[in-house]
Amino acid sequence: MSVPIEPVAQLLSVALDSSVLLGGSGPLDSSVLLGGSGPLDSSVLLGGSGPLDLPFREGYVWSIIYVSLYVSLTAVTLSTLFSVPVAVLLGFAEFPGKGFVKSVINTGMGFPSVVVGLVVLFAVSNQGPLGALELIFTTEAMIMSQFVLATPPITAITLASVSGVDDGVRDAARALGGTRLDTALVVLKEARYGIATAILAGFGRAISEVGSVLIVGGNITSADGISKTRTLTTAIQLEARQGQYGTAMILGAVLVALVLTVNAVVVHFGDSGVTR
Amino acid sequence: MAALGAGAVASTAGCSSTDSGNGDGGDGTGGNGTDGSGSAGESIGVAGETLTLTTTTSTYDTGLLDAIHTDFEEMYGVTVDAVAQGTGAALETARNGDSDIVMVHARGLEDEFMRNGYGINRRDLMFNDFVIVGPESDPAGIQGMSSATEALTTIAEAEAAFVSRGDNSGTHTKELNLWEAAGTEPGGDWYQETGSGMGEALNIANQQGAYTLSDRGTFISQRSEIDLTILVQGPIEDGPEILANPYGVMAVNPGVHDNANYDLAMAYIGWITSPGVQESISEYQMNGEQLFFPEAVSENPDFQQYVPEGWSSESSDE
Repeated sequence: MSVPIEPVAQLLSVALDSSVLLGGSGPLDSSVLLGGSGPLDSSVLLGGSGPLDLPFREGYVWSIIYVSLYVSLTAVTLSTLFSVPVAVLLGFAEFPGKGFVKSVINTGMGFPSVVVGLVVLFAVSNQGPLGALELIFTTEAMIMSQFVLATPPITAITLASVSGVDDGVRDAARALGGTRLDTALVVLKEARYGIATAILAGFGRAISEVGSVLIVGGNITSADGISKTRTLTTAIQLEARQGQYGTAMILGAVLVALVLTVNAVVVHFGDSGVTR
Repeated sequence: MAALGAGAVASTAGCSSTDSGNGDGGDGTGGNGTDGSGSAGESIGVAGETLTLTTTTSTYDTGLLDAIHTDFEEMYGVTVDAVAQGTGAALETARNGDSDIVMVHARGLEDEFMRNGYGINRRDLMFNDFVIVGPESDPAGIQGMSSATEALTTIAEAEAAFVSRGDNSGTHTKELNLWEAAGTEPGGDWYQETGSGMGEALNIANQQGAYTLSDRGTFISQRSEIDLTILVQGPIEDGPEILANPYGVMAVNPGVHDNANYDLAMAYIGWITSPGVQESISEYQMNGEQLFFPEAVSENPDFQQYVPEGWSSESSDE
């Protein structure tokens, strides 16, 4: 099992270089990510040398990495845009029942992904309220379910870190003549590490879950092995179903490397932003 | 009831593309024909559309579908989205109108699906068989038995470990039918429902030295990695006929789900039951062995494939 280690290190370094990964802007250029040129040549990762003869086809692994990142990054980006303002509002507002709202959000962190998948399935199924949009077995449906999964942890952790900002900071911002918006921005800046952690927690939840994307996505590839709705997790599930535990482990290593990479990039950007 | 489908053909032509193209700001991986916006694809028929096929893990995991689908996709300029779910789930997805065509292997469940009006134009597609596999030591002593039910009864009496799929798949359905035919109610510590796919079930049986029922295709594709051996053969190797494993294909009824891509589903059925593709199926091999035996092409009529088993116009209560 010494095969995966070197490629994992290479994957890390390559992904760290491509800031495209974090931008989330538009669809990732597939030629960059999936091209197989550069140090991450697929023959390195999947070469038949060694004890494991891997049956992956040309472009297969790259396409599932692409789908995994596309779905999870989009879902987390949308979720962040929704969760952070909500958390800030909740953090600033005082109203009866606030404790209950917090409890609901915290409970949401424990939603089983399979249940979320079923709920989204009912929504997007032909029979469901969104049936006319024909979202079943598409990446859009997968983004929806991962959005639902990622939102509670992002909201809850952001809320905790916003609430944890010293009251003195708020008071000082107000005393200096800041508007409510200025105050919010100051608090957000103070809470940035907590928020980064929140986003990473949401990303971790999204990219590692298998239950909901399997149900609403259908784990589809085209006949030539290019992923349409197959992610790393559902690919691992497929290999495990067939008893191909070795290849499942290798895909698992790729997934871990991917999460590690994204975390490293976020931490890197977070640190470089401090000096401002 | 069967005539209803034929009458609906003309009226549903092209309806599947009417509501595509809206609400899809994304990456073009959406539903039927969303690549071109709106009616751009109208003049070229089905090109660009997507056929959603729900099927069983045994057809998908053996790699058969990927091997033959390229031909269909090139012929019509379409995409086939094959979703491997297990027979029960595949039919349920179709029942909800989320797929256009199903390819499964549990005649009882298929018949129910047809009787409820969801499936039409069923064709026999191909077959292979089930085998009872177990450890070479064969603790219950079923090696070479010519009766599958007798073998199961022997396993139950010996209380030898048996792994059941327990997932409402075609193989699970067959296993339950076999127990019923054997007049034995499985249960107890020796009988384990795993709720897993065939490959996983084989691995679990392998690790526990247990018996299990497997389709021959999946067993062949995994045989090199496990120590289990075939103890009771299916009909392909002169075993009992009760272990036959026929696959059927049928279109989702557009009269029930008007967004089902019926045109393309029927094109697919026509294509996969054609002599050329049936030949490709028989040529598909894994580890040097043929996995599926085509049965759609025949000189003699076989009306039974179109209707639920035992159906006749006189006794119909529909």
